[in-house]
Amino acid sequence: MNPADLRAAFVEDLTAVAPDIDPDSLSDDDHLQDDLGLDSMDFLNLVSALHKRFGLPIPEADYPELATPAKAVRYLARALAG
Amino acid sequence: MPSLGADMEAGKLTEWLVAPGDRVARGDIVAVVETQKGAIEIEIFEPGEVAELLAEPGQTLPVGAPLARLRAPGETDEGAAATPAAQAEPETRPDRAPEPEPVPPSAPEPAREAEPPRAPVAAGGGADEAMRASPAAKARAAEAGIDLGAVAGSGPGGAVLLADVEKHLAAQEPAARKAAPASRAPAKPGLDMAEMRRAIAAAMSRAKREIPHYYLAHEIDLQKAQDWLSAQNATRPPDRRLLMGALLIRATIRALGRVPELNGRHEGEAYSPSKPVHCGLAVAMRGGGLIAPAILEAQEKDPDAIMEAMRDIVARTRSGRLRMSEITQGTITVSALGETGVDALFGVIYPPQVALVGFGTPRTRPAVQSDAIVARLSVTASLAADHRVSDGRRGATFLAEIDRLLQEPETL
Repeated sequence: MNPADLRAAFVEDLTAVAPDIDPDSLSDDDHLQDDLGLDSMDFLNLVSALHKRFGLPIPEADYPELATPAKAVRYLARALAG
Repeated sequence: MPSLGADMEAGKLTEWLVAPGDRVARGDIVAVVETQKGAIEIEIFEPGEVAELLAEPGQTLPVGAPLARLRAPGETDEGAAATPAAQAEPETRPDRAPEPEPVPPSAPEPAREAEPPRAPVAAGGGADEAMRASPAAKARAAEAGIDLGAVAGSGPGGAVLLADVEKHLAAQEPAARKAAPASRAPAKPGLDMAEMRRAIAAAMSRAKREIPHYYLAHEIDLQKAQDWLSAQNATRPPDRRLLMGALLIRATIRALGRVPELNGRHEGEAYSPSKPVHCGLAVAMRGGGLIAPAILEAQEKDPDAIMEAMRDIVARTRSGRLRMSEITQGTITVSALGETGVDALFGVIYPPQVALVGFGTPRTRPAVQSDAIVARLSVTASLAADHRVSDGRRGATFLAEIDRLLQEPETL
């Protein structure tokens, strides 16, 4: 998967968790909690969705690497490559 | 039409999930009603057989108006026909075969009264009643000022139903009506933010008017709970992981075992403590507003079961349907600010409950241990409680018990 595909997949799972987020106005540096208002339940639901989609374990220690769409795409690319 | 909120005067029936002839058991979901809290599933509290539906989808009814007529197990048609709404008198004749057609022969289907009738089937359609139309259709047509004769009926015998009137109205002013809803997509179907704000205002005004609140706060060391949680979650896939919120709620529910008078409902002049804990959970709506549905029978649930119930109820609060019992039966409420809030919250009790437990955002703070200052995760727990029922000393015992339980997370 190239970064554009990863981003599209991430945004799809994000907007499924928080349907009011407009994918078109989403910035790569928006912080999921501080800017987009995800709470811990939303975030866990997003991690669950990414886990199911990519088969990655995504331990809690890695949560900070999912803090923004840009970070998340880099994390997913690295994890899938490794 | 049940009351689903302190200021609810009327509700709109959106869907029937049963039909005449269906057998229902206590707790079955029979209908969906649109309220200030979004679409709510209405449960039935009496077993029996649905004899007749008295309201149509789309119809708005005042609180207390009958939605349907229920035949109690063993009741005859004659008995049921004489009894409006769900007040059918149960008789003790089990295993009677249900009659197939509960509508009395003298009354054509659409000839009921518009307002909640005392005897809904008595009128039989006056002889001078030329137009066959359902009560809801008549009311809507009168309200909109249209002639029922101009509306094509799709009901039995060509009777005009509410849906026909709505269709007629929509056809008359197509552009204006269709454009409006599309411009603003609500976070949840059927949820009106202004109505929700009114509902919150009504409940909180009543709380501040009627409940003599007292407040306590206590800082709790969460480091042990956090360490235990991290160790647990490291071994679990994401959809089985626990959130700190599940431990805080579990500890709150367990602590009620020591101070049970904080769990109950103060209705009218009397306070009734509750044995089951129906633990309300303040759920913030994305985009604003708040609903506090209850996790029913929460005293039986371990942290994993609490977590599962939280996932389910948060999801349904935000994007699905809650059940009537969940929004009307709570016996205590927990409000937690989560990870990105402030240090403490002091709640307003959700009437008729008598206590609200608040948790601020857990933070790493300096703590003193054996004369040394160490960094520990901690949270400020607060209690807002009703002085008619308890005093500060009991409230303090309660918060201290929550603290004690959270120091032994593996035993929660």
